[in-house]
Amino acid sequence: QVALLDIDICGPSIPKMMGLEGEQVHQSGSGWSPVYVEENLCVMSVGFLLSSPDDAVIWRGPKKNGLIKQFLRDVDWGEIDYLIVDTPPGTSDEHLSIVQYLGATHIDGAVIITTPQEVSLQDVRKEINFCHKVKLPIIGVVENMSGFICPKCKNESQIFPPTTGGAEKMCQNLNVSLLGKVPLDPQIGKSCDKGRSFLSEAPESPATLSYRNIIQRIQEYCDQHHFHEEKII
Amino acid sequence: ERSNLAGVRHILLVLSGKGGGGKSTISTELALSLRHSGKKVGILDVDLCGPSIPRMFRVQDNDVHQCDSGWVPVFVDQDKSISLMSIGFLLEKPDDAVVWRGPKKNALIKQFVADVAWGDLDFLIVDTPPGTSDEHISTVEALRPYKPLGAILVTTPQAVSVGDVRRELTFCKKTGLRVLGIVENMSGFVCPHCSECTNIFSKGGGEELAKHAGVPFLGCVPLDPQLSQSLEEGRDFIQEFPKSSAFPALAHITQQILDGTAQQSS
Repeated sequence: QVALLDIDICGPSIPKMMGLEGEQVHQSGSGWSPVYVEENLCVMSVGFLLSSPDDAVIWRGPKKNGLIKQFLRDVDWGEIDYLIVDTPPGTSDEHLSIVQYLGATHIDGAVIITTPQEVSLQDVRKEINFCHKVKLPIIGVVENMSGFICPKCKNESQIFPPTTGGAEKMCQNLNVSLLGKVPLDPQIGKSCDKGRSFLSEAPESPATLSYRNIIQRIQEYCDQHHFHEEKII
Repeated sequence: ERSNLAGVRHILLVLSGKGGGGKSTISTELALSLRHSGKKVGILDVDLCGPSIPRMFRVQDNDVHQCDSGWVPVFVDQDKSISLMSIGFLLEKPDDAVVWRGPKKNALIKQFVADVAWGDLDFLIVDTPPGTSDEHISTVEALRPYKPLGAILVTTPQAVSVGDVRRELTFCKKTGLRVLGIVENMSGFVCPHCSECTNIFSKGGGEELAKHAGVPFLGCVPLDPQLSQSLEEGRDFIQEFPKSSAFPALAHITQQILDGTAQQSS
């Protein structure tokens, strides 16, 4: 049972990627109902609260924090196995707030996404430091857009070159896990734009294999962690 | 007392709804192109959490000094034709995270706008983080008295990116910021081995958006590993790779900006 909470308030992409554009949030006695993609997958995003795709959310920090609090407090999530929180880039209000508001409960950890080049890594090192600062465990790093195989000649190009060793070197240096590398696949963008599951549409893609391996490692981490928690109790 | 922006002829903002789509790249290449057209350019990097600009000019280890009128911007070379200001120069260690809430970010942005001694510039390019929040509101408010030329919006071709840039357009409308045009970045990749073009991030979304919104379309910039490599090494792509696939598009964007300012003066 999975819930996806989109706290990118200025750029809410999740509704479109899940094929839920135009859906609305309903209120009931038990709070806001999330929008269901399938019986065991539901989503909440500010995108569902906007009436037009042109609407901009031009809010300063405090107002964004207020909405994030509401999302956590007023949404009737039900019983869920995994709550995944998608964040905007940065280390600011949204990030501080989500960690703070979830402080009373338990966060398994953070998955950090980067692309291979130093321009991206230099920001991700900051994100890793942010996690350390707020005592947020790091499950690991994913190197996205890692290489492209030409569909015609099958040669590989490093479009975003790992000039300083990519995520692999950074993870070694900072002692965090590299969960995996996902190659560029034009089908990913296409599926997301259509709101369809890439994993279902392109089951043979090397990117699908990468995603699945990464997801398995995340599940293993969470299972291990849960086991330790229970041991302590 | 003369304001620090009094000698700046044109102020240009580079915006996007999405992260990772190439704002800083476009800001950097625009600055390099304008320099090659003989202009003096400054870049103000107001991305406080992820300041990319210093490294793109290989000056990430530089410090910032103070003078009577405020901060002295960092010059990228002896020419002094490109100068930069970024929080990147103020960090003790490059990996230090700036974990600030809105009010603290707003205070620094106000300082960045008012207290950098730019001197005389033809263009001041303001590179922003993604979104429509504190940094954007504060930057536009602080720049309003200096009548910015307008904003360039950068998107990648796919609908998910365009969807956020639509909201950025609304931001411009609501804050009275003129939209100079839309750039469709990462638009197609030509395989260096066999020349086959693949639309990795789809194609056409930026151009469609410009048409739909009634704003100029400044062009498509393809994915170009030589450009990515240049940025990694802080090199002058415009000077060193004029035969590269991204060069014509970047030169064309710059020309449209220059044509726009020429029209303005006449």
